Amino acid sequence: MSKWWKPGFLTALPVLLFLLVGFAGPLLMVLGYSLMPPKTFSLIQMPTLANFISIVKDSYYISFNWSLTLALTTVVLLLVICYPIAYGMAKLFGKWANLVTVLVAVPLLISENIRLFGWVLFLLKNGILDGSLKFLFDASAPSVLYSVPAIVLGLVYVYLPFMLFPLVIGLSMVPDTVKEAASDLGATRFQVFREIELPLAMPGVMIGCMLVFILALGSLAESKILGGQVVVMIADDIESAFTFAQNWPKGSALSALLILFSGTLVFYLFKKIDLDRILGRR
Amino acid sequence: MSEVGAKPILQLRKICKKFGDFTAVNNINLEIGAGEFFTIVGPSGSGKTTLIRLLVGMDQPTDGDILLRDKRLNDVPANQRPTCMVFQSLALFPHKTVGENIEFSMKISGVDGAARKERANELMKQLRLPLEYYSKNVNQCSGGERQRIALARALAFDPQILFFDEPLASLDFRLRKTLEKELKDIHRETGKTFVYITHSLEEAMVMSDRIGIMRRGSIVQVGTPHEIYNRPRNKFVAQFMGEVNTLEVRRSGEASVCSTGDGQQFQVAGIPAEFQSGHLIIRPEAVKIGEAAQGLENTVRGKLFNSYSLGSRLQYQVRSTSGDSPWLVEMLQDEPYTGELDDEVVIGWRKEDSILVSD
Repeated sequence: MSKWWKPGFLTALPVLLFLLVGFAGPLLMVLGYSLMPPKTFSLIQMPTLANFISIVKDSYYISFNWSLTLALTTVVLLLVICYPIAYGMAKLFGKWANLVTVLVAVPLLISENIRLFGWVLFLLKNGILDGSLKFLFDASAPSVLYSVPAIVLGLVYVYLPFMLFPLVIGLSMVPDTVKEAASDLGATRFQVFREIELPLAMPGVMIGCMLVFILALGSLAESKILGGQVVVMIADDIESAFTFAQNWPKGSALSALLILFSGTLVFYLFKKIDLDRILGRR
Repeated sequence: MSEVGAKPILQLRKICKKFGDFTAVNNINLEIGAGEFFTIVGPSGSGKTTLIRLLVGMDQPTDGDILLRDKRLNDVPANQRPTCMVFQSLALFPHKTVGENIEFSMKISGVDGAARKERANELMKQLRLPLEYYSKNVNQCSGGERQRIALARALAFDPQILFFDEPLASLDFRLRKTLEKELKDIHRETGKTFVYITHSLEEAMVMSDRIGIMRRGSIVQVGTPHEIYNRPRNKFVAQFMGEVNTLEVRRSGEASVCSTGDGQQFQVAGIPAEFQSGHLIIRPEAVKIGEAAQGLENTVRGKLFNSYSLGSRLQYQVRSTSGDSPWLVEMLQDEPYTGELDDEVVIGWRKEDSILVSD
């Protein structure tokens, strides 16, 4: 019997094929198209770096910058917002934690775009917020719709569960006795947090940050719907390259750069932070 | 209650802890002497872990005062108390090396790196931890090594009192025995006050200067191991010591004789004036069987129906002709009873070995 012909390999085969066709295939096609001459639709041509050169020459760095800035802002804000909630869910709420989980998860059952349009109605001039304020207090709400803060609001709102749940898992992995031991050895609350809780919850923190960062980096709907395109994010550029401009190679090159960027970042961070050691496996 | 030898370092005055309607710790008064090895023993659920959590400051008593060298400790938070605890789970920091674990308290109080390392190495030497373990991850250490690391970490804090919450409970028998003796050595070497909690009276006997027996949130007896063993205050303490023969008895007309409900009479060394009824306790090792029982003040006739080896001793079960619960007899391995099962036998004990308790 030859070596690959083993039950383990055979049972993995369907998943392997699915991943090859459904995941690796499209990625390779994107990579292939990024090396084709601009505004062409065939993969069988002489490879060229023309798309990348034009990306560097044009002002695409602006939308890259916006995506990066907004993604980072979202990560930081979500960390600050979610950490206390996650702490409560992991350690304090008891049976109520389940209710919070449901409340956070239920909106996920509704399409992201619809939820964002809900925010538009809420924030719109003469919308729910503005109208209510006018009716009740004869005051008018500041116009936040179609601005950068509105985009950030949308990003924070949409990606909250992706930060919250990993944090809950991370924090519930921190044994209470270990924190008590640190406090018993003289550590202040802040020292317990810095020396014990945060390092031990780091796997959850890392996964939450990574998920939110990557999702926000490639986000599109928030800047379009809530931002009214006051800023153009990189996903916008990619979309217009594929649709409006009918320039698949350019869109592919932008996608390839985005994937390369986030991929490098993820690998670098996971290498830098030794999860095995934190989890006590090594 | 046996008195504290040295000047008390820790005093508990009417300590109570309630959780809702449940009283976990009920009106405990206790004095622990400086440099003493004091052990609180009790079955699970007796409130001993709750009590130690009050003492280290992880919980607040509902009532009463905790005094450390005459200073009230109740409102001092755990991280400001000059005491330290070795946890049942050990609670080592899994993301830190052996050295970082031991140095933790020194690091947060701002001791510089070189001094920390020197002290850590000293402690590792004292606790027989190989020095190359300094940079090893704690998770790679064995059970016994982890115990020593936890102890080193606590000693590095230089506490006035060191508390232990059943740290040896999860270890195998041999390692536990070794560590019990090591702990006793370390207690002597450091001269610190150790307050230890366990459910094993045997463990307490090996290590302690004094023992407090806890039951349902109260301390029922305090004394040296010798006192607890020879003069248990009640049936609970006597039975907690291990298997004992127990008979319900009451005062009879004669001095130094008590009688059971069915009229059997047994001699005791003396009956306290206030004793009316209670239990007669006879330890299995005080009971002799066969020829060895001849001529003893108290005898019972019965039938031998079981015998076991307990290693160094042999245990026999005898059903008395009067039909009360089986008697336990223990003899040393080198003086065995040579008869057969189902033999009619006589068992007996000296009146000095009759222990009379009132409840």
